[in-house]
Amino acid sequence: MNFPILSSLILLPIVGALFLFFTKDKEGNNLTAKYVALFTTVVNFLISIYLWVSFDQSTSSFQFVEDRTWIEGFINYKVGVDGISILFIILTTFITPLCIISVNNSVKNRLRDFLIAILIMESFMIGVFCALDLVVFYLFFEAGLIPMFLIIGIWGGARRVYSAFKFFLYTLLGSVLMLVAIISIYWITGTTDVVQLYEIGIDVKYQNLLWLAFFSSFAVKTPMWPVHTWLPDAHVEAPTAGSVLLAAILLKMAGYGFIRFSLGLFPVASEVFTPLIYTLSVIAIIFTSLIALMQEDMKKLIAYSSVAHMGFVTLGIFTLQQQGIEGSIIQMISHGLVSAALFLTVGVVYDRMHSRLISTYGGLVSVIPKYSILFMLFALASLGLPGTSGFIGEFLILMGAFKDNFLVAVIASIGVILGAAYILWLYKRVVFGKLVNEDLKKMIDLNRSEYFILSCLAVPILFFGFYPDPLINTIEVSVTDLINTHNTNLASK
Amino acid sequence: MELSIIFLPLIASIISGFFGKYIGDRNSEIVTSALVSISALLSIFVLYKVIVNQYEENIVIATWINSGSLDVNWSMLIDPLSAVMLVVVTSVSALVHIYSIGYMSHDPHKPRFMAYLSLFTFAMLMLVTSDNFIQLFFGWEGVGLCSYFLIGFWFKKETANAAAIKAFVVNRVGDFGFALGIFLIFYLFGTVNYSEVFQQIPMVVDNNLSFLGFEVKAIDLVCLFLFIGAMGKSAQILLHTWLPDAMEGPTPVSALIHAATMVTAGVFLVVRCSPIYEYSPLILNFITVVGMTTAFFAATVALVQTDIKKIIAYSTCSQLGYMFFAAGVGAYNVAMFHLFTHAFFKALLFLGSGSVIHAFKDEQNINNMGGVWKKLPYTYGFMIIGTLALTGFPFLSGFYSKDAIIEFAYLKGNTVGYYAAGIGIITAFLTSIYSWRLIFKSFHGDYNNKEVKIEETHESPLVMLVPLFILSIGAVFAGFLFKGLFIGHGDNLFWAESIKFLEPLSTEHPPLWFLLLTPCLVLVSIPIAYYLFVKNKELPNSIVSINKPLYNFLVNKWYFDELYDVLFIKSSKKLGLFLWKVCDGTIIDGFGPDGISSFIKKCSIKATKFQSGFIYQYAFVMLLGFSALLTFLIVK
Repeated sequence: MNFPILSSLILLPIVGALFLFFTKDKEGNNLTAKYVALFTTVVNFLISIYLWVSFDQSTSSFQFVEDRTWIEGFINYKVGVDGISILFIILTTFITPLCIISVNNSVKNRLRDFLIAILIMESFMIGVFCALDLVVFYLFFEAGLIPMFLIIGIWGGARRVYSAFKFFLYTLLGSVLMLVAIISIYWITGTTDVVQLYEIGIDVKYQNLLWLAFFSSFAVKTPMWPVHTWLPDAHVEAPTAGSVLLAAILLKMAGYGFIRFSLGLFPVASEVFTPLIYTLSVIAIIFTSLIALMQEDMKKLIAYSSVAHMGFVTLGIFTLQQQGIEGSIIQMISHGLVSAALFLTVGVVYDRMHSRLISTYGGLVSVIPKYSILFMLFALASLGLPGTSGFIGEFLILMGAFKDNFLVAVIASIGVILGAAYILWLYKRVVFGKLVNEDLKKMIDLNRSEYFILSCLAVPILFFGFYPDPLINTIEVSVTDLINTHNTNLASK
Repeated sequence: MELSIIFLPLIASIISGFFGKYIGDRNSEIVTSALVSISALLSIFVLYKVIVNQYEENIVIATWINSGSLDVNWSMLIDPLSAVMLVVVTSVSALVHIYSIGYMSHDPHKPRFMAYLSLFTFAMLMLVTSDNFIQLFFGWEGVGLCSYFLIGFWFKKETANAAAIKAFVVNRVGDFGFALGIFLIFYLFGTVNYSEVFQQIPMVVDNNLSFLGFEVKAIDLVCLFLFIGAMGKSAQILLHTWLPDAMEGPTPVSALIHAATMVTAGVFLVVRCSPIYEYSPLILNFITVVGMTTAFFAATVALVQTDIKKIIAYSTCSQLGYMFFAAGVGAYNVAMFHLFTHAFFKALLFLGSGSVIHAFKDEQNINNMGGVWKKLPYTYGFMIIGTLALTGFPFLSGFYSKDAIIEFAYLKGNTVGYYAAGIGIITAFLTSIYSWRLIFKSFHGDYNNKEVKIEETHESPLVMLVPLFILSIGAVFAGFLFKGLFIGHGDNLFWAESIKFLEPLSTEHPPLWFLLLTPCLVLVSIPIAYYLFVKNKELPNSIVSINKPLYNFLVNKWYFDELYDVLFIKSSKKLGLFLWKVCDGTIIDGFGPDGISSFIKKCSIKATKFQSGFIYQYAFVMLLGFSALLTFLIVK
């Protein structure tokens, strides 16, 4: 067996967290802790880049597989990556160090504990994206809730306890059903190994119920309409770094789960429930875009826009077209970058003015021009302007959806118009116009670390907008294979 | 060399945008103007090669999106159509760059302005030289973005910001149609490259699709969707509301984007897709109807506006209508010809009006001008040339192109064609009236401005007048010189494969009286306008007071803005609020998490009440239970 690169990706943040745990916390800005966390995550990022470079794009089988017996005859600790999961791992390792750099001002107390939570979270997220055993997946999937729950509950805003519990209850409720489903799969087939399950398939008569159980969990996490109401509250109360992790990575677990498990394990049921997904996705796109239009709180607006964008993702996945699924994956990566950037831009002004209300601001461009330019770029990426990564994802999704269902694509496209309306209106009210609020005049432009973080996000957004080949090439074979297997499974049943 | 045409403006934009602070205002102005001018010269050279050597080329720059069967490249297609557009875009852009040096001389953000202009030029060039629909879409949204930036350039003005967003969002409505068109093309043909799509057209002519329960021809649907995109960008009726508001931007922007180049992208799209449109007579008729309605509508509104730029904006809207109905009757080459000549005289009019506004220190209301023609002799002269060309005064450029449009509409020989020709003639007359109204009100009569003394008005500097001079040469001679090349009867030598005619255009001539009708009306309108707006000023006022409702209808632009406000803006805001507060708040949260948690809370409160700690209560409950049990046993 080769060097266990995936396990080291999972374990390294935990090692860092343990190390931090045994150091003494200092009051205020604990630089040592920050450097330790930063070092760990940067090393992790480099390892994941190495993983990407040495990844073989020409095959769809799982690579870097590690398989160890955990409980004899029941659970194996099995991890591995294919073209789809590797991008999410890189997204995770890329966003986390940026989060750590960003916690300059937003976290005032217990910085060390905060960093530990982030590191553990990273480890669990990587685990989710490379788990090849249902039980292992479930454990990581659920465990990821805990650090997020703590981040919101301890370091959040005024209504943090309400939000944290809402978040926890919502997501846990969905997951319990998934656990039941996983246990039943074990009883039906005698294994929880995903690769084996792909081969033997699951009896058609169980598929619908199992699909619904998985769906209830993923729908909450995505979040799909109507189980999305935890997201705006969670975002509003979470500290900036928490919002970033939540939007950029946590929401992607569900999309990934839909592709890996719902499509892969239950092809017949997926076909049956496609109309349901389409309906909910389209409702999410239109309704939440309209809601976003009316928000007075910047973070809430972006949170609602996330729901709309994830609506595109679920829509694309279930088109079962090459363009649709590839578009969904790119949209998830892109949304990971863009929503992270948008939450960070809100964080920047929040740190200075301690207000998230749009009406506080106006005319910022004459005070903080650098900030305004970057904010503009992220707004444009969010509305899917060609030349940004947002466009590639959205356009491919709609293209795929159009092939499959005309009407759905038409309605979803209306969301693109609304998407331009709410984000440009937000930008106009915050950045343009006359500078009325006198306090704003004292604001200082981006400092070095903020500038660095936002540029780090801006570069891939633009790069993949003009040249998405690296992304598409990585997923192409895996997606083709997924669709082919799906179709043969469907035909044989 | 061809690539440098596209990328020089991009480089200019990057230099001026990112390094403007370091190299200074003047240098960024020089760099951007110089690079765009070089690009213009190269474009002229390319057009020359195309004319003389039938030069064609499809350069692939890099791959862009490559997903499954979708294969899209960054590319540059040079054929007669794109070569003409290259010249129009780069030359007007270069002149506007130079003009802006003078016009923006008091503005503190010069490098930013120049960067936007150059970036716009780049996006527009990407649009016209694309060899596939998705790069076209890239340019399409790119120019929309630059237009958004430039309309909102004076970001402190609330109206400018609102206009910028309006422009972007209304354009997005058009883009929505355009995108659907692209999806449908990909669905039908499995590719988005022009050449492959156009090749396969004859094979899908008879395909039907069911759309919302209706059976429609696939081709018709493709054409309709693409045309919706064109309507948005080219400000055709229903999607025109953004264009007049876009005049909030600086005047050079109006000349470049909202007259000569960006707004003509819709016409370009229809002409580019002539191999598709030729197979869809239904949509071609629709285009004709939309085009002539726009032409007429905009001309009537222009009659009563008082803002000098808005008059010209409506005039642009109206002329774009002409181009569309030319395309609609199948005379794509004539549409291109009018696009070409229009670029010169409309840019000239806009830049000229900028010079007037400059002279009056940012006054735009023509009622507050007048009597300055001696003070601004050059501007006055150029404006007269522009007006003559626009109205189609004999032997100036507009004469050739506009009359050709009306002729071809007539020659079409069907009801829509005759109808279009009739509206075209009426509109030509209206055009002439409102254009001369503008000239007479702003240059003749008494001096009406209270804020600026007449001595203070001054002629513009040379850097603004030279571009005006060059454009006026174009406005005078472009029609005469290029007539044979663009719309030479019978042969389609120049356009070659880039424009497709299923049946060759009619080579007949309409009767002589018809040919003379429009020029005569145009000539007659000058004294009429002079009488109305200089000699007898009471007459227009009394006409207005008699027809008050009609006047209000026109002044309020047929109430489109008010209608849309109620129909779309207010209602979507209300809907958004409803979905947020009622759906999400009361229903989902109320019955979901909050409802459940409060229900459980209530239950547990009830449950705790049982454990009161009073012995007599416990005893009482025990007694109740005991007797119930006893009763049960006895009855059983």
